Amino acid sequence: MSKVKMPKTSVSIDMTPMVDMAFLLVTFFILTTQFRPDEPVSVSTPTSTSTATIPEKGVVTITVANDGRIFFDLDNQNSRKSLIQKMAETYGITFTVDQQNAFATGSSIGIPMGSMQGYLNLSAEDRKKVQQPGIPVDSTMNLSNELGVWLINARIAGSNPVILIKGDAQSNYSAVENVIKTLQNRKVLRFGLITSDEAMPTTTAQLK
Amino acid sequence: MAELGESGDVHKGKGKKRGGVRAKKISTRIDMTPMVDLGFLLVTFFILTTTMQKPKAMQVVMPDKADTTKHEEESKIRESEAMTLLLGENDKIFYYFGNQDPVVEVTNFKGIRKLLIDSYNSVLSLQRQNGWKTNGVYVLIKPTKNSKYTNLVDILDEMKIAEIKSFAIVDVTPEELEMIPK
Repeated sequence: MSKVKMPKTSVSIDMTPMVDMAFLLVTFFILTTQFRPDEPVSVSTPTSTSTATIPEKGVVTITVANDGRIFFDLDNQNSRKSLIQKMAETYGITFTVDQQNAFATGSSIGIPMGSMQGYLNLSAEDRKKVQQPGIPVDSTMNLSNELGVWLINARIAGSNPVILIKGDAQSNYSAVENVIKTLQNRKVLRFGLITSDEAMPTTTAQLK
Repeated sequence: MAELGESGDVHKGKGKKRGGVRAKKISTRIDMTPMVDLGFLLVTFFILTTTMQKPKAMQVVMPDKADTTKHEEESKIRESEAMTLLLGENDKIFYYFGNQDPVVEVTNFKGIRKLLIDSYNSVLSLQRQNGWKTNGVYVLIKPTKNSKYTNLVDILDEMKIAEIKSFAIVDVTPEELEMIPK
């Protein structure tokens, strides 16, 4: 009986296409990814079936944390600089150029104007560690309702930005109510509530 | 090529080793496994850090407080067309129809959808019968201090699902707070 010799096959696989693919994916993710900016507080938004997307630029985000603290954010760095200058004028505070730059490069802010200078004097590392008390909000039109003043100045500085409320699903309505009232007082009658995706129910057609 | 040379040597007999030291045959193939490992590690990292799902926004339009003409229009709603939802604590919804001696009933976010669609349809047929504007039911949403923000978003979402166009977010009156059964 003659043995049929099997041709010796190589066990090593040519990995080149796999490498190609892996790095293609890496390139894709590098190019599409946008790193999340540092948020002073993490918020889990409620879900809705709404499909309207939010614009990428020219956005004011008012964050309501689940403990009721309010944070304010304007996304454009140049606008942020003129925003802090306008805020300084309104409250009669003068900020140094360094302080202004510190504000412009930052993100969401929840510091009352009274302690703003001290906060901006800190190093970038220390600023992240600060437990921000939130922006004071009440139902008045006075300077004590700092959110209202932020809003007015941001509308001038940011050339009519889109106003969005990013509320935590479990925050009390009273906190959100104060924000909505302030918006209403300042004639911001159209705004958006940031939500995450939820599938549209299919049962409604049967009910109708 | 080296193999060819090797086989040619056989005829010359004697030792395989002649003259100079032969360079060892080096494979041109590189083991790509670590590279693949690295590649997929990076892929995994980017997949995990990237936020594919962009947040969505829900448009809200509030009435102007100073604009009194709107308020007059609001008061023109007939009682039989109005439905009031009071958002209470623990995801409860208290609701009543009309205004005069209302009977307040309680439901939750599971029951509200059918309720809204039913009242929308019944008001619509009423409006058709009487030749009124066929806007469907007018819903007044009144979140109380004890409700959560998610309740408001959910109820606005229900408005969209039930295709109710005419609704407003209004403050709760003290009388209504009294009406909420304890």
